[in-house]
Amino acid sequence: MTTPATMPADRKPVLSVEDLQIRIRGEHGPFTVVSDMSLAVAAGETLCIVGESGCGKSMTALALLRLLPEAAEIAGGRIKINGRDILKLNGHDVEDLRGEEIAMIFQEPLTALNPVMTIGDQIAETVRQHRKVSASAAMARAVEALKLVQMPDPERRARQYPHELSGGMRQRAMIALALACDPKIIVADEPTTALDVTIQAQILGLIADLQKRLGSAQILITHDLGVVAEVADRVIVMYAGRKVEEASVYDLFDHPIHPYTKGLMGAIPRGRASERLTDIPGTVPPMWDLPKGCAFAPRCPGASARCLEERPPFEEKRPGHFAACWEHDDV
Amino acid sequence: MSEAPLLQVEGLTVHFPIRKGVLQRQVGTVRAVDGIDFTLKRGETLSLVGESGCGKSTTGLALMGLVKATGGTVTFAGERIAGLRGAALRSFRRRVQIVFQDPFSSLNPRQRVRDIIRAPLDIHGVGTPKERRKRVAQLMERVGLRPDQADNFPHQFSGGQRQRIGIARALALEPEIIICDEPVSALDVSVQAQILNLLADLQRDLGVSYLFISHDLGVVEHISRRVAVMYLGKIVEIADRDALFASPTHPYTELLMKSAPSLDPRQRRIFSASSDFVPSATRKPAGCPFHPRCPLATEKCTTVDPALTSRDDGRLVACHHR
Repeated sequence: MTTPATMPADRKPVLSVEDLQIRIRGEHGPFTVVSDMSLAVAAGETLCIVGESGCGKSMTALALLRLLPEAAEIAGGRIKINGRDILKLNGHDVEDLRGEEIAMIFQEPLTALNPVMTIGDQIAETVRQHRKVSASAAMARAVEALKLVQMPDPERRARQYPHELSGGMRQRAMIALALACDPKIIVADEPTTALDVTIQAQILGLIADLQKRLGSAQILITHDLGVVAEVADRVIVMYAGRKVEEASVYDLFDHPIHPYTKGLMGAIPRGRASERLTDIPGTVPPMWDLPKGCAFAPRCPGASARCLEERPPFEEKRPGHFAACWEHDDV
Repeated sequence: MSEAPLLQVEGLTVHFPIRKGVLQRQVGTVRAVDGIDFTLKRGETLSLVGESGCGKSTTGLALMGLVKATGGTVTFAGERIAGLRGAALRSFRRRVQIVFQDPFSSLNPRQRVRDIIRAPLDIHGVGTPKERRKRVAQLMERVGLRPDQADNFPHQFSGGQRQRIGIARALALEPEIIICDEPVSALDVSVQAQILNLLADLQRDLGVSYLFISHDLGVVEHISRRVAVMYLGKIVEIADRDALFASPTHPYTELLMKSAPSLDPRQRRIFSASSDFVPSATRKPAGCPFHPRCPLATEKCTTVDPALTSRDDGRLVACHHR
């Protein structure tokens, strides 16, 4: 079954994913962690993928750069960057692609950066991997990238090691590393989750500002609907390895359709002084033992007999607003 | 306001020495908690909110006696706890309990859930073995766990369920205060809501007080009656929840609130630019600790640390300019 990629017809996607399937070889035998994942993102656009632990959002992000861990494999689908299917490329061509076409910002810069290389050397190394430039030109580019991310005192910071920087500055360094070769697509996996809230605000502001200036396409993975509201143009909500809803950020926050999305919004404590929160009962089912029908049905307040038996198709419920639910309230 | 506080903290200080070299000479001091005052009344929730390194968790640990306070007095139900010995100390330990952030590392993986929850009863010799068994089943039910899972090990439970186990253990001795140290920060938002609702129910039914330690303003706004904002070991503002969120007074409180994402795509915030200043409890600025990041800072702020003083609406603020 082909799920629609909901790109507005007037815009050409830089990146498109069609029916991506990701499988993991686990102790329970192989099981699918991402199913029928389709998405598209255009230059200058920010697509947020939101969901809770284990929903498959990070696996999707890693697959886009072909960086899946050993135990995981892409079992089907296509990932196209500027029309070229990157799943057909060999290892060398994939390396060329990373950094130049598509780059990733990870959650924890302390583990993603090399601890025994200075910030400047790491960025310069990436530059020289993709461009035939002298060492000094590459270092100049590194300092320029650090300036771009508003790193205070960039010349000095370029000579420092990751452990000498604060969490916020490390995340700036990682963003500089990702941007050093002007990639067209940036994938950011929980880029602010490890940061304090005042620093998170700075980094989100920086990412939004850079995107405006550089016009890159951006996919931002997060568990935080607050972050989504701040930066997204369009949003995909994932549950148990599948898309359950996709819409513009305004449609999603104004009129969420899927009961899981509604549940997530009701569970956020902010602005609900002493009011009882609408929790979602139960827990996410294990991916190797998903229920037969809709994966959310056992936790869904509105589930019918059909929901337990048959998986609902992901379809357009309102113009530009997609969801996978049998029981949605039509407008 | 006339009711005597259950817990009164005055001038609480926790300093850690920084040692270096073979002789382990002291070369500096981490002033993790640097003289704070607050009170906690029976049945209320006071939150300590702030960012990493502000001293909020150390405050909780110091109250539990899990780190040593280097100064100040703590009075619980009219008795100074520093002077407590023997039976009086044991009684204090029964009446104040703690729930930790990480439900993965705060439960012994080799113990069955029944033994984890029963441990406080065993230690304090509460009831007969039969009564303890009954009490464990009761506690599990109370926190929303199935008593027939009592023989399972922690790894057989999800994060939210493990946090329920931690809460059941804290409740075992019917404490008057539970210190909740980031109890929901490791949980997904849907599960977080379950635990916050459970904590609210327990307070309503049992009248327990919470000292709620959190970095999350949304959670704090939801659960607190009063809120104390901490920055680099100091309390910079204490106010009733509604007053604090309606009109933050200290510039740091204001910055915190402005930094929290809006949850409304039509109300996106304009984010502040980069700042070179990184707060650190080892290299604390002279004067007001917030002055290097403060838009209102003047000469005076770089030399004189403002005291926490009372404002018209009853809130306390430590700022020369507000």
